Amino acid sequence: MIDSATESGFFDNPIVEAKNIHFSFSERNVYSGLNLTIPRRKITVIMGPSGCGKSTFLSLLGGRLQADSGELIFDDAPVPTRNCPALFEMRRKMGMLFQNSALLTDLSVFDNVAFPFREQTDLPEALIRILVTMKLEMVGLRGTRDLMPSKLSGGMVRRVALARAIALDPELIMYDEPFVGLDPISKGVIIQLIRQLNDAMGITSVVVTHDVAEGCSIADYVYLLDGGVVAGQGTAEQMINSQQPGIKQFMNGLPDGPVGYHYPANDYLVDLHGHNE
Amino acid sequence: MINLIARLGQWGISFVSRLGTAVLFLLSAMRGAWHSLPRGSLIIQQLYAIGVLTMVIILFSGLFVGMVLGLQGYSQLVAFSAESSLGLVVALFLVRELGPVLAALLFAGRAGSALTAEIGLMKTTEQLAAMEMMAVDPMIRVIGPRFVAGLIAMPLLAAMMSAIGVVGGYLIGHGQFGLDAGVYWSSMQNGVDLIDDILNGIIKSIVFGFIVVWVALFEGYHAVPTAEGVSRATTRTVVTSSLAILGGDYILTALMFGGF
Repeated sequence: MIDSATESGFFDNPIVEAKNIHFSFSERNVYSGLNLTIPRRKITVIMGPSGCGKSTFLSLLGGRLQADSGELIFDDAPVPTRNCPALFEMRRKMGMLFQNSALLTDLSVFDNVAFPFREQTDLPEALIRILVTMKLEMVGLRGTRDLMPSKLSGGMVRRVALARAIALDPELIMYDEPFVGLDPISKGVIIQLIRQLNDAMGITSVVVTHDVAEGCSIADYVYLLDGGVVAGQGTAEQMINSQQPGIKQFMNGLPDGPVGYHYPANDYLVDLHGHNE
Repeated sequence: MINLIARLGQWGISFVSRLGTAVLFLLSAMRGAWHSLPRGSLIIQQLYAIGVLTMVIILFSGLFVGMVLGLQGYSQLVAFSAESSLGLVVALFLVRELGPVLAALLFAGRAGSALTAEIGLMKTTEQLAAMEMMAVDPMIRVIGPRFVAGLIAMPLLAAMMSAIGVVGGYLIGHGQFGLDAGVYWSSMQNGVDLIDDILNGIIKSIVFGFIVVWVALFEGYHAVPTAEGVSRATTRTVVTSSLAILGGDYILTALMFGGF
């Protein structure tokens, strides 16, 4: 695919580079030579069918999983491959919004957002209070400061988690399925927040999603993963207009195409008659 | 037959592998416990959750156990006109055996299962992963304080159980059977040795506390992150730590009182 983005120096000084990544999990091959580049201060959306390894990429990037082979570079340095001070140092430059938000359920909204400050800095409590209030105001939830996470709706929980993720002003934020389970208004709010954070704070965003419409509405660049490799890439417009069968099938939600609907199995008739191979 | 041998071999490999993982986890947990020592507030929070909230069941159980010992002890001792030794019998049973063992079993059921469920659910809901991604080591922030609190709470709970049990025995001996209060307490004072009885009891309770928190935290941290996985881990915590307590009690008793 010809990328107008590439021609205009879009990928100069990228923040993340994955080179020929191979990774298997429980005898299942997830990546077989994954190559992708995340441009700095842009929103990159990684899409693909369920189980294609979108979230796994975030785990590899965060150093929670290790690739079998290949090179994964974050901010000009390889991602450390085991628990060590360098890995924790790298994570201080990252924020992550988990699929189920992962708020600490025994802490209030305020304490959740204050958590990174209290754990990572020596700031006085009075200053932490101001910073947390500012972060909560950014996501429109200053009024929920004293509530417990269990008292919030799904969309609000995700916004609190977002406030926590941006607490220490990271260089990169990873969003793992940020639109799942949200009503249209909450989706709209999250989309707006991702875009605002990117534009106002200059944060690089990596959004993993299978929601085509929402993903394309904020993407500066889109990767489509399938079969353990990048099956397609380009701007949202290029991807939507692509005539490549695999990309077209996914972007338009077509049941027929190169991506099979059925999980690999024995012959259907043989199964029906109860004969096992 | 070959299948049976193969399964036994598979079980053996799996057991040794899990034991190795548990030992590695223990080393990490002890490192976490060491680094969490300066964070007193976290340890106090866990002391409340693990220790204070377990006190009610320990105190009630201890009282009833002491009362049963008083009843059973008096009815046997009176046959030999040795009812004056009731205080000693109740105290020795409690301080040497029942206090540490029963407190540990109740601790495993109440606090151990709660620890496993809590850690397992934190894993299932990605709270531990979120901490890692915030460059916070869960071993120091989550596991360490719980480990320290468990080690502190268990001997205190066992001591409380023994103390309230002695009171229970007194209530029955003095209140129900009219045994002289001075005889009850003085027989105990004369017969219970600080080193042989009380210190050995404390050592037992520390060992049992160590076993329970190790098993509970390990099972929670390594639980399969599903509802069923957490449920199984919680069950394993109670079963494994109970068996370990009873087996460990035999070994410790043999070493302390068996003349080895």
